[in-house]
Amino acid sequence: MGTLEFYRTVLFPALNKGLWVSIQIIVPSAVLGVAIGILAGVGRSLGTSRLSRALDAYVAVFRGTPLVVQLMMWYYGLPTVGVFLESQFGPGVSPLSSLFRLSPYASSVTAFALCSGAYQSEYIRGALLSIKKGQYMAALSLGFTRAQAFWRITAPAAARRALPGCGNEIIYLIKYSSLAMIVTMSELTGQAKGIATMYFRYLECYLATAGYYLALVTLATWLLSWMERRLAIPGDPGLS
Amino acid sequence: MDLVEYLKAALYILQGTGYTAALILGAMSLGFAIGLPIASLEIYGPRWIARILSLYVWFFRGIPILVLLFLVYFGIYSAIERIAMAHFGLRLELSPFSASLVALGLASGAYQSQIFRGAILSLPRGQFLAATALGFTARQAVFRVVIPQALRISIPAWSNEYSILLKDSAVAYMLGTLEIMARTKFMAAYTYKHIPFYVFAGLLYFTLTWLGVKGLKALERRTRIPGLGHEF
Amino acid sequence: MTAQLQKATAPPAGRPGDPERPGATCTPYAPGAPPVTAAASPAPPHLLEACGITKTMGDKILLHEVSLTLDRGDLKVLIGPSGGGKSTLLQCIHFLNPPDGGDVFLDGESARDMSRMNICLFRREIGMIFQDFNLFDHLTARDNVAVALRRVKGWAKREAYDRAMAELDRVGLASRADLYPAQLSGGQKQRVSIARALAMDPKVMLLDEPTSALDPELIGEVLKVIQDLHEGGMTMLMVTHQVGFARHMTKEFLFMESGRITESGSPEELLRDGSGSRTSDFCSKLSEIQGG
Repeated sequence: MGTLEFYRTVLFPALNKGLWVSIQIIVPSAVLGVAIGILAGVGRSLGTSRLSRALDAYVAVFRGTPLVVQLMMWYYGLPTVGVFLESQFGPGVSPLSSLFRLSPYASSVTAFALCSGAYQSEYIRGALLSIKKGQYMAALSLGFTRAQAFWRITAPAAARRALPGCGNEIIYLIKYSSLAMIVTMSELTGQAKGIATMYFRYLECYLATAGYYLALVTLATWLLSWMERRLAIPGDPGLS
Repeated sequence: MDLVEYLKAALYILQGTGYTAALILGAMSLGFAIGLPIASLEIYGPRWIARILSLYVWFFRGIPILVLLFLVYFGIYSAIERIAMAHFGLRLELSPFSASLVALGLASGAYQSQIFRGAILSLPRGQFLAATALGFTARQAVFRVVIPQALRISIPAWSNEYSILLKDSAVAYMLGTLEIMARTKFMAAYTYKHIPFYVFAGLLYFTLTWLGVKGLKALERRTRIPGLGHEF
Repeated sequence: MTAQLQKATAPPAGRPGDPERPGATCTPYAPGAPPVTAAASPAPPHLLEACGITKTMGDKILLHEVSLTLDRGDLKVLIGPSGGGKSTLLQCIHFLNPPDGGDVFLDGESARDMSRMNICLFRREIGMIFQDFNLFDHLTARDNVAVALRRVKGWAKREAYDRAMAELDRVGLASRADLYPAQLSGGQKQRVSIARALAMDPKVMLLDEPTSALDPELIGEVLKVIQDLHEGGMTMLMVTHQVGFARHMTKEFLFMESGRITESGSPEELLRDGSGSRTSDFCSKLSEIQGG
């Protein structure tokens, strides 16, 4: 098979299929990650001390260990919990083990969302803490309730501050989604590996894959800086 | 599995720490050797060089570490081996370890260049001007005045880079580098005791992160310039 | 006024959470105890009355049974060395930082007895001007003024904007309505913050060193606005180091030191040569620094 023929009929169709799978992993993980990050970030900066300690521990664990290890835990580790429980309560309770068995897709999204959420919460927390308490006080002094002061004044200002960090985190997520191939997902990298091994064309396959990721990352970077520009507050140096 | 077997397995995994440490230290040094010149040239060099270098940074920051590992090991290394065989009759056997080191180092170089670039740009321009006013050449001003200060400023970001590298190094198991993760995966799959081994690996990585961050904090304290920056 | 209030005998230094924490003078805050409201006195209530305000932080006493009153149209000036508790007092009066003891009455109504919702209503009646402006950085000048009208008073957007423009016009900033705080000078920021407070139609304004964060050449424009307000009959309590300005405007100085009001009286009385008062001592030191 000629090189061009190989690209046209084998490599690109496979990578396109992988790209679609990658997107199906990235988008829900990013959305969940941001949601988790907001909840955890708000809880850490405003919650009771017990809550914020618990959330600190969550963040420390998920930021302090490699994502691969976490992925392995969800995919290989979790089912053994089900097996263990079944051995304790007898084989009659079969839903138990299936309950703990995550599909490759589910374990990827779980791992990425939880890990990403831990990082996101750092940016959310930092942004919330960077908004001067005075603005919140001023809102109270005008008669805002505490909830109003938070949602109307602190939160919008903090969201702008958090945007660059959170956006970067999503860009990281795009790249780390490649790890899903370890749990047998046929996403971009998985497809590339399959084709490369089958046709012994490693260099071209991986270079092409790199191109796909570069396109995704560059696109996301543009989008992010466009959003930053749009939301920038004139004269505010805080966002540059 | 009894306790002795667990201990043996744990010891086996622990031996991976040497590989992991060597991998990180090597990659960080390589990244330093790449990143510092890139940062300096991006700022002080001619424009066309800066353009090319920013392309390097864009490329290595934009692709996943896993793809980079595959690219270096299966793509470039095997190509080198093939060429050596075909043209020089040499039978090269390049190790997955060195491939991991090169891949991590190339990526780290891109990140570190951004760290140093930010640090250099954050220095007041007056420092450079004052040095040239004293008769330093531009090159001397950069190497004697600007870079030493920039390196000190970079330490906190460096500690961040360290913990990213440490976690990325776990991906190197995909090439068969016998570091912590590879050994953990082997043990977990072999004994079908996934949770204890992955928890152990997690703790190990956690400790390594902590140690590295502590070490860099100590370095930061030692190189602190009295009166500059924040107290500890 | 304050003389008829009973004095607490114990020092106000209870442990946090101590149910019998002393410190309140006129209304010891104890659920069930009948509150002694200012309205109970035969005279008509003062517009604003703070009595026995006590505030502690850890074992440090920031405010020690501070009492003061404001009647309609009053401008009283709080002066004194920094760290004396002036800002804390304003925040306590506003219940932004609720006092540990004592109470504040607005038109005879006790803030202490109010529900959390009513405290918001109470705060809305009192305008606060902060030393460092505390404008909402992500909103334009117009939105800074309008946001509370819309969200707190529930006005329609157009009404709120019309009112905001009127208030900005009053402080001479109508042409700057679409700029963001970071694009305004310090004096302009402070004037926006005054407009923001005025838009809520407060009965009283508390001004916490409104000119201290300003460059000298910008102080005048802010003082001018404050003077206009005073001449328009606004009731104000102002912390300031601008003694020269204050002595022409106010009928009463309150000198505050170590958490207490130690001297009060008209500027003529306190600043008379050879009066020997702490106030005149402090003011002459200030004017040395400020160059007359």
